[in-house]
Amino acid sequence: MPESIIQMKEVNKWFGDFQVLKDINLEVKEKQKIVVCGPSGSGKSTLIRCINRLEEHQKGQIIVDGNELSEKTKDIEKIRAEVGMVFQQFNLFPHLSILDNCTLAPIWVKKTPKKQAEEFAMRQLEQVQIADQAAKFPGQLSGGQQQRAALARALCMEPKIMLFDEPTSALDPEMIKEVLDAMVSLAKGGMTMIVVTHEMGFAKEVADEVVFMDEGMIVERAKTNDFFANPKNERTKLFLSQIL
Amino acid sequence: MKNINILKPTNANFQTYLYIGSGFILIGIFDVFLRSFFNLNFSTFLPDILNFFLPLIIGLIGFQMIRLEYSGNRLVDKINQSVNNNTFNAGLTLVIIFLTLLVIPPALNWMIFEATISGNTKEACAATEGACWTYIKVWFRRFMYGMYPNDFHWRINTAFIFLIGFAFVGYFMRGKLKNYITFYYAILYPIIAFIIINFLISGGSFGLEWVETNAWGGLSLTFIVSFFGLIFCFPLGMILALGRRSELPVIRYISIGYIEFWRGVPLITVLFMSSVMFPMFLPSDAFVDKLIRVIAAIILFEAAYVAEVIRGGLQALPRGQYDAAKSLGMGYWKMQIFVILPQALKLVIPGIANTFLALVKDTPLIFVVGLSEVVGMLQMAKTNPKWLGYAMEGYIFASILFWIICYAMSKYSQYLELKYKTER
Repeated sequence: MPESIIQMKEVNKWFGDFQVLKDINLEVKEKQKIVVCGPSGSGKSTLIRCINRLEEHQKGQIIVDGNELSEKTKDIEKIRAEVGMVFQQFNLFPHLSILDNCTLAPIWVKKTPKKQAEEFAMRQLEQVQIADQAAKFPGQLSGGQQQRAALARALCMEPKIMLFDEPTSALDPEMIKEVLDAMVSLAKGGMTMIVVTHEMGFAKEVADEVVFMDEGMIVERAKTNDFFANPKNERTKLFLSQIL
Repeated sequence: MKNINILKPTNANFQTYLYIGSGFILIGIFDVFLRSFFNLNFSTFLPDILNFFLPLIIGLIGFQMIRLEYSGNRLVDKINQSVNNNTFNAGLTLVIIFLTLLVIPPALNWMIFEATISGNTKEACAATEGACWTYIKVWFRRFMYGMYPNDFHWRINTAFIFLIGFAFVGYFMRGKLKNYITFYYAILYPIIAFIIINFLISGGSFGLEWVETNAWGGLSLTFIVSFFGLIFCFPLGMILALGRRSELPVIRYISIGYIEFWRGVPLITVLFMSSVMFPMFLPSDAFVDKLIRVIAAIILFEAAYVAEVIRGGLQALPRGQYDAAKSLGMGYWKMQIFVILPQALKLVIPGIANTFLALVKDTPLIFVVGLSEVVGMLQMAKTNPKWLGYAMEGYIFASILFWIICYAMSKYSQYLELKYKTER
């Protein structure tokens, strides 16, 4: 088995007095695809936002690709550059064209020459099938197109790990499929992925393992087939019965 | 019954009512027109009060006669909807038309028909009731250049031509040079401007006689003070706005303290202190020119306002923009420069324009330290014993100058808003 690329040990996090993460232990190996699900407010988003330190944990250890995340981490930018993220609200930069959205970070963070960055970005946009929209601004695109552009933007940094924070929750139903298709093809390409989602069809199709969270804790973690066929925990059963 | 409704039109008789009604309105307006422009009044046989209100009464009757919910005539319908939906609005409309008619002739008379521009002394104006533009003509160079020696005015003109020329360099930057456009305007251009003004207007080298800043003045000084005020208070304000939102407590509290201090004191005291108190803190042999001190004071003062305007823009951005920039591996400065500030600044263009207009209009306050820009020169001219009594002409002249400058700035800011507009 390959080495774990993400290790979380006894991670705890509080917002004020409220504990959002309780003793989280999670290991993700390279090329693994993990789906995180659970009721809203269970800490799923916070969990994956801790992995690129958009949120700071207060206790425990998070090691990403051999680097521990803490206040002392000097080059957090370097780690973030290796961890791509797709957000629920797309978060494209509205003042830049789609192509500029995709090339901004490669040019200024990775110091890729402009021409090369643009060529690479166009290839990523082709992958998600919106190469024809490259010159438009985010506001001119549909939600599904924006989310695929956001995916392409993250991929332009050639990340080792991709995090998805409910990527389809803000989309109209008819646009969900186009985004999921792009994610499936990314998964088949061998990317390490952690996906917070309610799309159980997607989980069944690509996930190696499913993690179920409730009240800040990891309640159950199982191979995808086992998770859906015979969930062990009562809360998991209840959750699955509600959404399937 | 029929008598009571005599003024109320119906669809059947509307054509007749329309002709009579509009006739009444026109008679009312024409009566005021004659009274105002030709001093003719045909109703003096009536009692005074009736005579005075006659046009209004006639006009109201006219409006009453054409007021119909749906007349079929598009123009009449429009008038009825916008100004004639009830007697009060019709009355207001008439009063506004009448007042305009009454104000125009005396204003035109004073400013143009009875005004004088000939001659070079006050005596040329003695014969007339109208405006004495001779006064502006005689003092024109003073209003433009202050006490700057007449023989050297070409130096100021040349300097400004150079400044404008260098301002347009950005338009000709192509290809690779375009990457340096911000650097040029933010850093290089102010330096070039300072050098030009230092060598051409201040002089003292290259065979140009030195002219001390006390002699500078008039509109050219307004431009110099505003110019340096604008280009330096903006970056300083930007840094303060970022500082106020910094996560480092030291930087945040320094920024808050700075902003709240400068916003809390009146500009006039700041200017006064810059000229009177500041030199006391300097070693006795050190000397900073008064004009530089004043410009620095204005920059420090206005930067606090600019900072708060920009902070408003920063706060309007959703948190997701920060998240996205961070998740792509951008550090603080890259995130601010490429993602946050471009969006925030775009949002606050109207606010920035507002602050800048206020800055330009605050420049006359530098009179407290003895510098006389255009309004200051006006004060000097109106108290000149040879030209007492022409303050009005001076203030109108200055108002027109300031209005032109400020309107141009306002238009430019609207152009920028359109230029940087992208759909969200």
